[in-house]
Amino acid sequence: MNSVSRKEEFIDGVKKGIPIGVGYLAVSFTFGIWAVEGGMPIWMVVFISFSNLTSAGQFAGTRLILDAASFFEIGLSVFVINIRYMLMSLALTQKLKEGTRLGQKLIFGFGVTDEVFAVASTRERKVSAPYMYGLISTPIIGWTLGTFLGAVTGNLLPERLADAMGIALYAMFIAIIIPPAKKSRAILGAIIISIIITCILKYVPVFSFITDGFAMIIATVIASAVMAVVAPVKEEEVQE
Amino acid sequence: MSLYVRYFVAIVIMALVTYIPRALPLTLFTKQIKSRFVKSFLFYVPYAVLASLTFPSIFYCTQNIYAAIVGTVVALLLAFFEKSLVIVAAASVLAMFLVNLL
Repeated sequence: MNSVSRKEEFIDGVKKGIPIGVGYLAVSFTFGIWAVEGGMPIWMVVFISFSNLTSAGQFAGTRLILDAASFFEIGLSVFVINIRYMLMSLALTQKLKEGTRLGQKLIFGFGVTDEVFAVASTRERKVSAPYMYGLISTPIIGWTLGTFLGAVTGNLLPERLADAMGIALYAMFIAIIIPPAKKSRAILGAIIISIIITCILKYVPVFSFITDGFAMIIATVIASAVMAVVAPVKEEEVQE
Repeated sequence: MSLYVRYFVAIVIMALVTYIPRALPLTLFTKQIKSRFVKSFLFYVPYAVLASLTFPSIFYCTQNIYAAIVGTVVALLLAFFEKSLVIVAAASVLAMFLVNLL
């Protein structure tokens, strides 16, 4: 690839990444408020977003940190949440331009979020390393900057409003899972099984020794395994 | 270990277990997973995770459980009508804020 087409690929990536970055700006804003409210210093909250660049994983991990969970529990919980990225990265290998180097993969691999994957994997052409660099750049900036703005301005908000912000991330998760659950009974099934198991582990006294982090892991593994047996997905669905 | 050192170590662990699942398959595999079970299992993971993270924790996100219930119902309704993430979140925050004012 000559330098001109490299530049074109990069610019095309940046263009496709801008909507993702803008969306992240808003979503990470609430994460910033929430984490600072939990008692974490601003620079550390910003460092979480910059180094993790993920929503569910860093939300769960941060909650466990604030709950004084063990390193093992934090690491395992976040890893289980992020297992889905392995499938995305795996699918992405089929989409890469031939000759993409190991070092390049190690760099843009950092930015493979759900949304980045969705855009890259549905591109008509193969994706090159410069395209991926462009694609991940705005989301990284949006996610980090939004967190910083939320962390800084969160302290200025009235207490009741800041308190009400606590529901924002949960509301977003609801907004992510409900539309697909409307279209797929199997997804709805996974959601319901997962919630039932989480509640059993939380409210039945026999299981009170199980922490929230492990309860989430157990609920996820059982719900996903049950649905994988009951309703195995077709090839096309996995690619979504 | 001081509190902030503990926090920092935990964040680095989080970053690693986020980076590894993203980067490893990219560098190691050139063929797709063949097992239909594993593919299906991974397909359901995000939904199960987000559901478990949200329920029942959402009801304890504020001291007033009725405000939390109203916020949850608003989120479920708007999500059902496929409003954007930002709209769902903002409306649910606003609903909870208003109930708290009552």
